Parts: sequence; structure tokens; C-alpha cells
Amino acid sequence: MLSSTKRITGVAAVALSLALAVSGCGKGSGDSNDSSSSGSKAQTITFIPKNLGNPYFDSSDAAGKKAVGEFGGTYSQVGPQDASPDAQAQYIDTEAQKHTNAIVVSANDPKALCDSLNQAKDAGTKVVTFDSDTDPSCRDIFVSPSNTEGIGKTQVDMIADQIGDAGEVAILSASANATNQNAWIDVMKKELANHPKIKLVETVYGDDDDQKSFDKTAALLQKHPNLKGIISPTTVGIAAAARYLSTSSSKGKVMLTGLGTPNLMRKYVKDGTVKEFALWNPEDLGYLAAYAAHALVSGDIKGDEGDKFKAGKLGDFTVGADKVVVLGDPFKFNASNIDKFNY
Amino acid sequence: MSRTYPFHAQPLWRRLLVSREAAVIALLVLVLVWAINFVSFFATQLTMTFLFLDIAPILLIALPMTLIIVTGEIDLSVASVVGLSSVTLGTLVDHGTSVPVAAIAALVVGLACGALNGFLVAYVGLPSLAVTIGTLALFRGIAVGVLGTKAVTDFPNRWSDLARQTVGGTGIPLIVVVFAVLAVVFTWLLHFSSFGRGVYDIGLNIEAAHFTGVPVARSKFVLFLFSGVVSALAGIYFTLRFTSSRGDNATGLELQVIAAVLLGGVSIFGGRGKVIGVIAGVLLIGVLSSALRLQGVTVNVINIIIGLLLVASVMSTSVLAWVSDAAARRHNRDRAASSDPQLTPAGVGNQKR
Repeated sequence: MLSSTKRITGVAAVALSLALAVSGCGKGSGDSNDSSSSGSKAQTITFIPKNLGNPYFDSSDAAGKKAVGEFGGTYSQVGPQDASPDAQAQYIDTEAQKHTNAIVVSANDPKALCDSLNQAKDAGTKVVTFDSDTDPSCRDIFVSPSNTEGIGKTQVDMIADQIGDAGEVAILSASANATNQNAWIDVMKKELANHPKIKLVETVYGDDDDQKSFDKTAALLQKHPNLKGIISPTTVGIAAAARYLSTSSSKGKVMLTGLGTPNLMRKYVKDGTVKEFALWNPEDLGYLAAYAAHALVSGDIKGDEGDKFKAGKLGDFTVGADKVVVLGDPFKFNASNIDKFNY
Repeated sequence: MSRTYPFHAQPLWRRLLVSREAAVIALLVLVLVWAINFVSFFATQLTMTFLFLDIAPILLIALPMTLIIVTGEIDLSVASVVGLSSVTLGTLVDHGTSVPVAAIAALVVGLACGALNGFLVAYVGLPSLAVTIGTLALFRGIAVGVLGTKAVTDFPNRWSDLARQTVGGTGIPLIVVVFAVLAVVFTWLLHFSSFGRGVYDIGLNIEAAHFTGVPVARSKFVLFLFSGVVSALAGIYFTLRFTSSRGDNATGLELQVIAAVLLGGVSIFGGRGKVIGVIAGVLLIGVLSSALRLQGVTVNVINIIIGLLLVASVMSTSVLAWVSDAAARRHNRDRAASSDPQLTPAGVGNQKR
């Protein structure tokens, strides 16, 4: 019994090492494949969203596909099922192996993907991040939905417009140490200085938890009976606040605005709880990212600060500091346009 | 009176050819040949490096998992141990501990996880399926609880580079060498040591094993310790490879490991399986998904193909068993009809399948 086990293992080991040797032998033939692909003219551009089947990325990538079609490239989209960095890294690796001209990635982790992205860059693939960035050293360009100033200012503009530029307002944020939200709130506070009749009475934190945000909204309204408006710069917060307001007596009296997604907010816009809120338009974001990739692959830009390129119907863009391209001010959603969006 | 064991009645070469391990290895070679010849960019050094880097955690954890499943037990908590060791490493490094010290601490945490599983299964006598479903949630809960939604990503480059280091100019990652050493150790342990014979005995018939002096409880306990430590090692590798310590690292990895182990010919009921088959099983899944990704096949379709492969392979065992059962019965009937009426008791001939 023992000897037969030994022999089975032995034979199997030989077979396995043969198989590995065969795979190793094939190494040399890879070069011929490489040259054949770079000979073709169409630029290959692959979108790698955080995960597949996510309506937000379905919108952005569909627009990216349209843009790639406009400049005659070959579009494809691959991605993991779950939004985890290790699963996403495998797809980046695969594109590096295929020597794709450019990949457009929404990163699941700022640093975990760096090794894969750098390896792709070494293999000659241009790396564009959009929506969620990585470490600036790991990509050629980041296409940012908006900048901190734009996001903060747009929200103050909206609330000022809705409450007649006077009265008490409060902020319902995510967690107390959320980097993005705190940066926006700082901008809002500076911007509110230009609106002397608006008074920011309190900033509360719902921790991006639906129930907690709901409860905090209720508490805000009790504590500040004269409250005229709430700004919630987080998609979870604004939806929870809208849900509370829509069933309370303050509906239509206390204005609510902030950053939300059309799908979560649609019914509150239709029932009159919310007049207008903002978020970037993922379609424009995907479209711009595709053109940024195109400009990089064509050699029109290198991704350095000050580089300029044209992005189809969106017009001209300039690369800013840290190799960032900003799409623009957030897009405002209201009853007149919300039905055009699905994410 | 002479007894016949159909499985051993045939010459060695024929037994080898029809073994599950040979079938998996043949399939692996087949897929490799296909991928090398028909999948563009597969036969490159870069692909091989990535392939090994990707499957290394599965390869590592599959080793102790093989032994555990051969005893008829299972460890579903391995991926959570990967997550917990990743968080241990990250949290300590974040607080200024050096990477080697933090890595040792992570291994100790893995050992403790394994000890808890092993104690509950081996000494308290609880079913491992239930225990490790519980600890799967427990360890993952602690891991996510410690770090929350944040990730530790600041590791010294020296160490993260080491995780991705390849040996010389071969493109074979260093972690594969670590794995090869462990594979030799586990192969020796399972196939060439008395401990390993005990492991098979436990899987075949736990009471018989007990009465023939196999230290059943101690063996199981030790196996869960192995599982904990090796999973922690995989967690350290995983963390350094992706330079990211997160509570949700490697979620769902346990199912990939178990799928590969079963594909490699280990019986989920215990008592049967070989390390070499399992290694081939992991490589088969790795090569297949890498090649399909290069072909542009989407993740859902890849999952469907691997799922079907697994179902087919588990079914093939049953079908083979049924065919050989039928053959043995006919054989016995013929013998009974021709000569000695009171021959081999039913079933004896198939016991060692």
C-alpha cells in the first residue's frame, strides 16, 4: 500500500512538473503575440468598474462606450462581482497581460491596486482612474467628478435658493471623521459667510446609517423649531432625511438638499419633499474618462499639469495639479430632469 | 479462502490511470495545452507570475484543508482567519510595530483561532460544520470590528515587495517556494507518516481508528492548529501582496479552497484523497479562470464553468463508484455461481475506494 502510494505520488509529480515545464516552454512564444496586437490601429480601451451590475457604473460605462465609439476605438468592460480590491486586481492584471492600450478604473482601494496598476503601466498600458482614485503615483490621470469647492458651493447655492437666502439651516453629514464630507463642510462654512442672513445652527452625524440619519433628522427638527433647511452631503443621509420629512408636518416647510442619487430621491422629488439636489453625472464622467484615455494613448497629453485635451461634446479640459482632471460643478437634479437618470 | 479487492486486483498502471488524481492532472494538462496554444497572451511569464500570485493563498490553505476533510471534518473559518490575521498585522504595523513582529503576532492569532476550532471539535466533540460556521462569523466580526471600514495601507515597501518577489528571472513568485516546502511537509505527513495513516483511519471509520489506538482527538486538534497557522500565513501574504489590511480581506475564500480540494479528488465524507490531486485541483481552477479572463469571458460565466466542473467531478466519483460496484457484484455473482457459495461479504471489496 505504501509503495503504491509512493509511486502514484511520484508519477503524478512527474506529470505535474511536465505540465509546468510545458507552460514554461511556451514563454518564448508570447512575444509574437505582443507584436501582432500592437500592429492594429484601433485603440483598445477597457473599463474596469468597482463591480459589475452596479447601475451607477452601468451609466458611466455606457457613456464611455459611446465616447470610445466616437473616436473609433475598441471598448470593453470587465470587472469583479464584488467590489473588493483583490478581485479587481485580477482584472487589471489580465488587461496588462493583453497589452490593452488604456484601462479606465474606479478603484476599490487607494493603495491595494497600485502594484497591479504599476505593472500595467510598465507593460505600456495607460491608466486612467475615475470616480474613485488611487495613490497619484499609480495612475496617469484621475478624472474627478468635481472638486471640493464646486461641491460645497453648489449645495450652499441650492439651499440659499430654496429658503429665500434667510433663516436657520443645519447639516446632516456622514461620520464625524469622513474626509470628503468634512472638506465639503469647511467649504460650505466659508461660502455661508457670503450669505449673512443664513445661520448654520448645528452639524449632526448620521454615520451613513439609514436609521441613525433618520433619527438625527427627527432630533434636529425638534431642537430647532425655526429650522428652514437641511443640507445633507451624503447619499444615505439625504435619503433618510427625505423619508422622515415626507411623513412629517414639516414637509414642504423645511427644505432639504445635498448629494443624492436620482433613484433614491425620485419619489421625494415627485411628492414635493425635495425641490433640488445634486450629484455628478456619471454619464459625463465615463465619457470624459474615455476621452482622457484616448488623449493619453494618442500621445496628445502626458498627464502633466497644464496639458489640454478635447473631450467630444463636453469641450476642452485641462489637467490640474496631481494629474487630476475635474468634470465640473455637480449636476443638479429636479422634477424636470430626474426621470432621465437611472442610477 | 481468498478474498479479492477489485481495486487492487488490477495492475498498478491501470489503477493509476483510473484514479481521480490522474483524471484531474490529465484535465489540467489538457487545459494548459489548450490555453498555451489558443489563448493569446497566456503563454507569457507575466501571466504565470500573476497566476501563481493569485492562487497562492488557495494553494496554501488547501494543504491543511485536505487533511481535515480526509478526517471527515471541515474548516469553514479559514477565510475569516485570513481576514483576522490581516487586520492583526495591519493594526500592529499601524501602531509602529515592525513587520516581522506583527507577522509573528498574526501567526499566533491564527494559532489561537485554530486552537479554538480544534478544542470545540476534537475535545468537546461538536460537529466541525457547525463550529466553523460559528467561528467564520466570529473571526470575521472581530476583524471588521477592529478596523471598521478603514484600511491600513502603509507597509514598508521592503516587505510588500518581498510578497511579490520572483525567484531569479523565472517569474515564479517566492511564495510558491514557501508553498512547495509546505507541500512536501504535508505530503509526507499525510502519505508517509503514521500520523497520516491515522488521518485516513479517522475518515474511514472513526470508532475503528479509536480502538486501534489512533489518537483521534489529538490528531483532529493538531489539524485545526495547522489550518489556523497556515491561514494566518496566507493572510500575511495576502496583506503584503495587496499592501492592504482590511477586515473584509479574502471574504469567501473558504469556498474556493473547498471547491479546489473536492475537485482534486478528496471525498467530502472523508477517508480518501491525495495532496497531489488537490494541488492539481487548485492549479486547474487557477489556469482555467486565468485563461477565460484573457479570453474576455465575464466573471459570471467563469463561475458557471467552474461550478459545472465541480459538480461533474463530484458526480463522476459517484458514477465510478456505482460502475465498479456493479462490476464487483457481477464478479461475485459469477464466482458464487461457479464455485464457492459463501464468499466475500458484500461491500468489503469496495471499502477502500
